[in-house]
Amino acid sequence: MKRVLIFGATSAIAEATARLFAAEGARLFLVGRNPDKLEAVRRDLQARGAEAVETAVADLADPALHKGLVERAWASLGGIDAALIAHGTLSDQRACEGDSALALSEITGNFLSPASILTHLANAMEVQHRGAIAVIGSVAGDRGRQSNYVYGSAKGGLRVFVEGLRHRMGPKGVAVTLVEPGFVDTPMTAALPKGGPLWATPDRVARDIRKALNSGPAVLYTPWFWRWIMLVIRHVPDAIFQRTRL
Amino acid sequence: MSSSLHSGGPFRDGTGPLSWGRIVRAPHRVARPAGRAEAAAALAALPPGETLLARGMGRSYGDSGLNPGRCLIDMRGLDRFIAFDPDGGVLECEAGVTLADILRLLDRRNRPGRSWFLPVTPGTKFVTVGGAIANDVHGKNHHGAGCFGNHVLSLELLRSDGTLLCCAPDENAALFAATIGGIGLTGLILSARIQLKPVPGPWLESEDIRYGDLDAFHDLAEESVADWEYTVAWIDCLARGPRLGRGIFSRSRHTADGPADGPAGAAAFEPRFSMPVELPNVALNHLSIAAFNALYWRKAPPRPVRRVLPWDPVFYPLDAIGQWNRMYGRRGFYQFQCAVPKATARDAVRELMRTISAAGEASFLAVLKTLGDRPSPGLMSFPMPGATLALDLPNNGPRTHSLLDRLERIAGEAGGRVYPAKDGAVSSGAFRRGYPRLEEFARHVDPRFSSGFWRRVGGAGEPAGPGARANEEESTS
Repeated sequence: MKRVLIFGATSAIAEATARLFAAEGARLFLVGRNPDKLEAVRRDLQARGAEAVETAVADLADPALHKGLVERAWASLGGIDAALIAHGTLSDQRACEGDSALALSEITGNFLSPASILTHLANAMEVQHRGAIAVIGSVAGDRGRQSNYVYGSAKGGLRVFVEGLRHRMGPKGVAVTLVEPGFVDTPMTAALPKGGPLWATPDRVARDIRKALNSGPAVLYTPWFWRWIMLVIRHVPDAIFQRTRL
Repeated sequence: MSSSLHSGGPFRDGTGPLSWGRIVRAPHRVARPAGRAEAAAALAALPPGETLLARGMGRSYGDSGLNPGRCLIDMRGLDRFIAFDPDGGVLECEAGVTLADILRLLDRRNRPGRSWFLPVTPGTKFVTVGGAIANDVHGKNHHGAGCFGNHVLSLELLRSDGTLLCCAPDENAALFAATIGGIGLTGLILSARIQLKPVPGPWLESEDIRYGDLDAFHDLAEESVADWEYTVAWIDCLARGPRLGRGIFSRSRHTADGPADGPAGAAAFEPRFSMPVELPNVALNHLSIAAFNALYWRKAPPRPVRRVLPWDPVFYPLDAIGQWNRMYGRRGFYQFQCAVPKATARDAVRELMRTISAAGEASFLAVLKTLGDRPSPGLMSFPMPGATLALDLPNNGPRTHSLLDRLERIAGEAGGRVYPAKDGAVSSGAFRRGYPRLEEFARHVDPRFSSGFWRRVGGAGEPAGPGARANEEESTS
């Protein structure tokens, strides 16, 4: 029986992943901001066969809450086998360019907040010498692009943070994975035009995350082909890159 | 109907969802709520003068699941279970949960001595609970179990004036009766509680029996009523004369005598294979369909075969192929399904089969089944005690329309009716004659809800509007 902690549990990708754990009969601790949505997710996971589901309502932009949340989850679950950090925001890039406060809140929500939670979580899991952590990053963090560099910079910072944490935790038996989803059809991306082969469903991404929480790769691109798309994008020479509208 | 007027609201220009028959191709504005609260917000934000219809998995064949030129609310985001009682078999879920989702849950949570199954299931598990209620679907066990609506304990209905009602046989009973089989017109079904059926396990004992003519079908159906929970027959549409109506009669029942170690292959909760593109229109022609029918009939051995099978291949053989409707090509296909009363069933079915066979408009899938006496709570429920015949017809334009007219007339003269979930062609008059409680139903229709079908049959109080055929002509011109 797995003991699973999820931050941002009402996001589409997190919820789809939680359903996979529920079907395995896992015990879950869910953290989310919207109490009604969180309760709907809790009941759903319970019906799907989770052994137990506990929830905590919190705005994760407030770092003062993080330590207490990790402690509560630890006590409730009696240890943590797997953790998924899935909260984040996707603000409009143009709006961030015109409003530094908005840009900073985007960076707080997508970098500082997960970095703070990871610090508390790692210190707890280090002691038990096993477990897996997956953190949702983004392919936007692989190279700064005009279309989304504020969000991308937060995810890029998170990428380096997770890379370093993995280096630290590896010898302690805790695998830390950065998940880089491509385009996922979720409410977060509702404002974007969708369709075509690059768009994946949250279920598809969740299946990949579930597997990665067993195997513990450094970076999980999901769906897999994003590894190759991003390889190309990272290596386009600047002289050419400057002429694109990526 | 400028979309820019309302951009930023929950309704966005859709790419034109298709009905399952792929004939009606029309633009819609679509909202995609992620939960019940968002669905309620979308309904509240419905632009003035607009009408709405809920859409689920899009398995209705004609225009009853579409609202051409107007608004749809895609309910697939309401896919959460609310409660499951493994001892009493009561399941509560949001309206966008599919029967496949329920089967997957049961697959995991059933235990020996405490196993549950859907009380009624149509021929595909890829329909939502909301759609199953709105069309009051039936299955191969209609002769014993009635319709899906017979097993709905209660449902949550949101009306466009903002009232949220719990509807049950003994609470808001009139609206409950109107909503069961109410083709989505009485408001937005947000959730439902369903009584599941206890079963001994995942296995079914199943028999396929080749039979030679329509009388043999009726004899088999009568003989099987008492002991076989599920019956249905596939008919060779091209057999004529003394062989008219020949086919394969399938009957099955739940059994405890399956292999102890559970079904060998996991059920296909998602299609194993998907038709990637529309086949060319010529792929399904008279010859290829005739060859299929002849081969299929010969495939079944002349003596009955008894097998023990898991539920998936028994109930959902077509679900293994995703998007099989693309087989019929760009022009799409019609499905004709009618029910005829017991007193006239034998003659009416013979006349229908004779007409189909003479027209040479062959069908892959023609199924015939007897319907039982158990009344549905739904005012507009399709089944009636007697028999139902369903068949697919590739859309060959006027030739197909004229055949549909003839079939509809035969069913009507026999005191029968057609099924809105399948229909793309019925006339307003024939629809009204077939559903005697239509006036009573219309009083419960929410004024902000409508559908292509409802306008076509003149239910919206407007003159009967253009239907599937008119749309088809527009799209092909």
